[in-house]
Amino acid sequence: MTSMTLNAGAPVPAQDKTNSATDLTDKSATESTSVKQQAVKTQEDIAETVGSPFCDEAKLRMRNVNVFYGEAQAIHDVSLDIGRNQVVAMIGPSGCGKSTFLRCLNRMNDTIEGCRVEGDLTLDGEAIYGPKVDVVPLRARVGMVFQKPNPFPKSIYDNVAYGPKIHGIASRRAELDEIVENSLRRAGLWDEVKDRLDKPGTGLSGGQQQRLCIARAIAVSPEVILMDEPCSALDPIATARIEELIHELRENYTIAIVTHSMQQAARVSQRTAYFHLGKLVEVNDTETVFTNPEHDLTEAYITGRFG
Amino acid sequence: MQTPTLFALLLLLILVAYGTGFSRAIAAARSSGGIRSLASLPSYYGVHTALWCGLPALIILGCWLVFDDAIIRAMVMGSIADKPESIAGQNLLYAQIQNLAAGNLVGNVTPQLQDAAAHLESLRASGRWMQTALILILSIGLGAYAFLRISPEMRAREKVEKVLRIILLACACAAIFTTVGILLSVLFESLRFFQSVPVTEFLFGLHWSPQMALRADQVGSSGAFGAVPLFTGTLLVSAIAMFVAVPVGLMSAIYLAEYAGKKVRSVAKPLLEILAGVPTVVYGFFAALTVAPFIRDLAQSMGLQASSESALAAGLVMGVMIIPFVSSLSDDVINAVPQSLRDGALGLGSTKSETVRKVVIPAALPGIVGGVLLAVSRAIGETMIVVMAAGLAANLTANPLESVTTVTVQIVTLLVGDQEFDSPKTLAAFALGLMLFISTLILNFIALHVVKKYREQYD
Amino acid sequence: MTDLTQSNLTQKEVRERIESRLASRHRKEKIFRGFGIASIAFGILAVVVLFTDIISKGSSAFVQTDIELNVTYDPAVLGIDTVDDESLAWANFDAVIRNALRERFPDVSGRRDKRELYSLVSNGAGFELRERLQQNPELLGKTETLWFNADDDVDTYVKSLSKSEEGFLGRTSEQKAGWIKSLLATGELEKRFNTTFFTNGDSREPEQAGIRAALMGSLFTLLVTLALSFPIGVAAAIYLEEFAPKNRWTDLIEVNINNLAAVPSIVFGLLGLAIFINFFELPRSAPLVGGLVLTLMTLPTIIISSRAALKSVPPSIREAAMGMGASRMQVVLHHVLPLAMPGMLTGAIIGMAQALGETAPLLMIGMVAFIVDVPHGITDPSTVLPVQIFLWADSPERAFVERTSAAIMVLLAVLITMNTCAVWLRKKLERRW
Repeated sequence: MTSMTLNAGAPVPAQDKTNSATDLTDKSATESTSVKQQAVKTQEDIAETVGSPFCDEAKLRMRNVNVFYGEAQAIHDVSLDIGRNQVVAMIGPSGCGKSTFLRCLNRMNDTIEGCRVEGDLTLDGEAIYGPKVDVVPLRARVGMVFQKPNPFPKSIYDNVAYGPKIHGIASRRAELDEIVENSLRRAGLWDEVKDRLDKPGTGLSGGQQQRLCIARAIAVSPEVILMDEPCSALDPIATARIEELIHELRENYTIAIVTHSMQQAARVSQRTAYFHLGKLVEVNDTETVFTNPEHDLTEAYITGRFG
Repeated sequence: MQTPTLFALLLLLILVAYGTGFSRAIAAARSSGGIRSLASLPSYYGVHTALWCGLPALIILGCWLVFDDAIIRAMVMGSIADKPESIAGQNLLYAQIQNLAAGNLVGNVTPQLQDAAAHLESLRASGRWMQTALILILSIGLGAYAFLRISPEMRAREKVEKVLRIILLACACAAIFTTVGILLSVLFESLRFFQSVPVTEFLFGLHWSPQMALRADQVGSSGAFGAVPLFTGTLLVSAIAMFVAVPVGLMSAIYLAEYAGKKVRSVAKPLLEILAGVPTVVYGFFAALTVAPFIRDLAQSMGLQASSESALAAGLVMGVMIIPFVSSLSDDVINAVPQSLRDGALGLGSTKSETVRKVVIPAALPGIVGGVLLAVSRAIGETMIVVMAAGLAANLTANPLESVTTVTVQIVTLLVGDQEFDSPKTLAAFALGLMLFISTLILNFIALHVVKKYREQYD
Repeated sequence: MTDLTQSNLTQKEVRERIESRLASRHRKEKIFRGFGIASIAFGILAVVVLFTDIISKGSSAFVQTDIELNVTYDPAVLGIDTVDDESLAWANFDAVIRNALRERFPDVSGRRDKRELYSLVSNGAGFELRERLQQNPELLGKTETLWFNADDDVDTYVKSLSKSEEGFLGRTSEQKAGWIKSLLATGELEKRFNTTFFTNGDSREPEQAGIRAALMGSLFTLLVTLALSFPIGVAAAIYLEEFAPKNRWTDLIEVNINNLAAVPSIVFGLLGLAIFINFFELPRSAPLVGGLVLTLMTLPTIIISSRAALKSVPPSIREAAMGMGASRMQVVLHHVLPLAMPGMLTGAIIGMAQALGETAPLLMIGMVAFIVDVPHGITDPSTVLPVQIFLWADSPERAFVERTSAAIMVLLAVLITMNTCAVWLRKKLERRW
């Protein structure tokens, strides 16, 4: 129970939350005693994020973010910048709050009852959670790709055209056709589906579906794309294609990607953020994180001692 | 022996059989090394013996009770030389004989009738005697057989469980028997109806007036059985009902599933469901005494001619009745649409209503259509509201302010009161019942199929 | 911004187009939401209107205007000397009532006026007197003060007075209204709790009509329904959920059950008429036949809910018992069934509530007959509460409208109690696995 008094900077977590957090640590630690010692020891060090969480030309700027689900706190005092046209990977064990954090960036957490977000989040200097902010154009600027491919039960064409249609982006049919084609091309799907645009999107393979979802997201010309474990439901070949795609998209978009796979983070991102129990432990260049992590917890995670 | 006495005796025998079976099993166990040497627990031997003792006897007793009147009647009527031709005449004669046998017929008693009554009495007496003898012999004999077969090696439990399983299966088959019963009862009488009224006239005739005059020379003595006005009336009322129920039910379901918070939902949902629990006769009363006069007055104040029993009143109230039905079915299918689809749409910047209209509803459409079809089948088959509020006049009209009649109203009118099963008037009700059964069957079948396919899609 | 898509649209143009449509999209959103709220409001409004309408129409039926009279059991007037069954059968009790009324209003003369005077009291008053004398033979020749039901016209008039419909007379003449007012002034006319409504059977006279017979009929019918549908339904559910092999026969049973749940109730009435009454020659109008028909009707409901209850018992319980060497049947009877019982009972109560409110199929099997006597068994001719409501709803008298609504209130009260019980049972006995 020593951990409770240690992070003085952060709001005092509820009693039961602390218990479960300790339990979690204990559970993962039972595998080897050395890890247990390490986990307990490093608890005190999470108080401050190590590495370089901030950058100069930030597209998204988050300061002191706290997220609560009802009474329970899911994110503790996280500050992070995501630079323009940069890919930032967020890694960490299950339930560490990385997905929750991602969903704050385009206010998808609004759809969850009892979810409360505190702190300053800005997109190009504009507050994301400002009282007058309309989530509709915000989400058009900050697109999202989900863990499980979720194409609408419509045709491939309609899936991609959905965003432009609701936002009224295309004024003519030809314009819409062009947007659909461009988006599918950028998602690397055009050649595979150009002959069956009127077939249902749910009929595609898993990897194709996820690329369709990416095409759907870029069809509204977003500035930022959030990806929530986009490859977790895909086989290695499909995963490789998506990673290639992320590589290409980086030229034009700012991308934040949550992933379970450290190899993936290493392959696609420039910066990597390591989350642990709702806290941001370390942010650094991807290379630094994977070759020379500053924090013991990060090292323990990337060397596979828990996760 | 009277049947109740016999029944009581049989129950007693069953108890005795259980007791003796139980104790014999224990005795058998003692001689062969304790309870453990038995293949089953002693109580199973008891139940096994009791089943042998009681079950066949009960089945035979049941059959006897069902058929014995008919057999005795056939024997009595068979012995009478000159009996009337018509079924009604025969019924009357037999009723006379029964009354005479019971000793409450006064009036002109012919010797022939006297003989028949005596015959009936003697048949009944011997029938009772035979019944008692048969049941007791069967029960004791089979009970004794099972009792004697008890041995430690006998697998009593398996045998008992086998019988139980068969009983369970028989109960499950009740649904099939019911369907067959419905089909047989409406089909049989409908065929008799179609012998006197051609199917084509019934299905395509435009005039309905089933009242048969007493004398053949009166006006309209033949009755007219063209059911088209009933079908249109039913469709008109159902259409009005669906016009109310579908938008209101669907929108409430959408609001409750997509917009309302937990608190609103926990209050509004049970409140709406009250509407589903109100008996139809209450809706009928409400429609006839409150809504219909209100609509009539309203129409008159707008200068329209309205009947006091209008299709609109019945349809509106029926619509209100069906709202919770549509809303709970839609609620189910809307909730079955995966959250990931909503997230996908919201993540692209859709408003909530765009998400609902363009993604959730299209995805849930098959389920919603299935639910609406079930609701239509309910509206078509709904009886009390239309009986009390829609009227009897078989008008061929599409004006909702006029009085119309429906298939169910006519079934009730034709069958309440005196029934003559040899007149087309009574039989017509069964033909209408057949139409009703077939149309709702088709609707239900399609609806259940669509809903099932929809469920599988997201499972 | 760079030209992101290779299309002709710049990101800025896209942003502008989105912005330009935002207002109209948010307006549509509000309208859509408004429709949702309006729909819920409509549904709730319907509930409120329905209940206030019924209650405002029916609550006055729970009181009944009674008249206080001094009656003398004068043997001369009654025309009897001794109190025995035979003499009571033709004794003139109505004359006793008439004498009492004439005594109260001595200055009424003329045949028409007298007849009008006599019509103040319900014509069931004579029967009440007869019963009283039969039970207390020593009253013969004595005088006592008793309260009698007033006639329904008097009742209607008195109730309209309190509703301040001053001008309303209904079928009451000015003269009669005068008598009523004088009786009211002396306290000889009073509104009292309407016990008749709960103790009598049906009657052509509204003031003597009650729901006792219908309630008993409903009770007997429900008992038959429960005794048949619950065991059969549970057995069928057990078979389908625990034993049924996956084959076409099982599929057929399932399809049948689902379909029967949606067959119009009146069709079950046709089945009852053709099979139970015409073929098996069971008695008409009897709760036995009504119960049989309602059994067939509620079976699908009970089977479906019982299966849901069985499904909710986790497989681990079955596996545990099976692992101890119990047979399939023992597992079900000893472990699964007791755990599923609360859910099954809830389903049964809901099925019974459905059966209690059902009218249409019972009309087919003759439960619509005019029945005054309270039934004493499942083969006595009887009616049920919803059918009684249906019958009364047809009567034009204002007093019957009031009684119909009151009967509806009783029916709804019973139904609400049953459903509350079901909800309570579910909450109380529900287990979370």
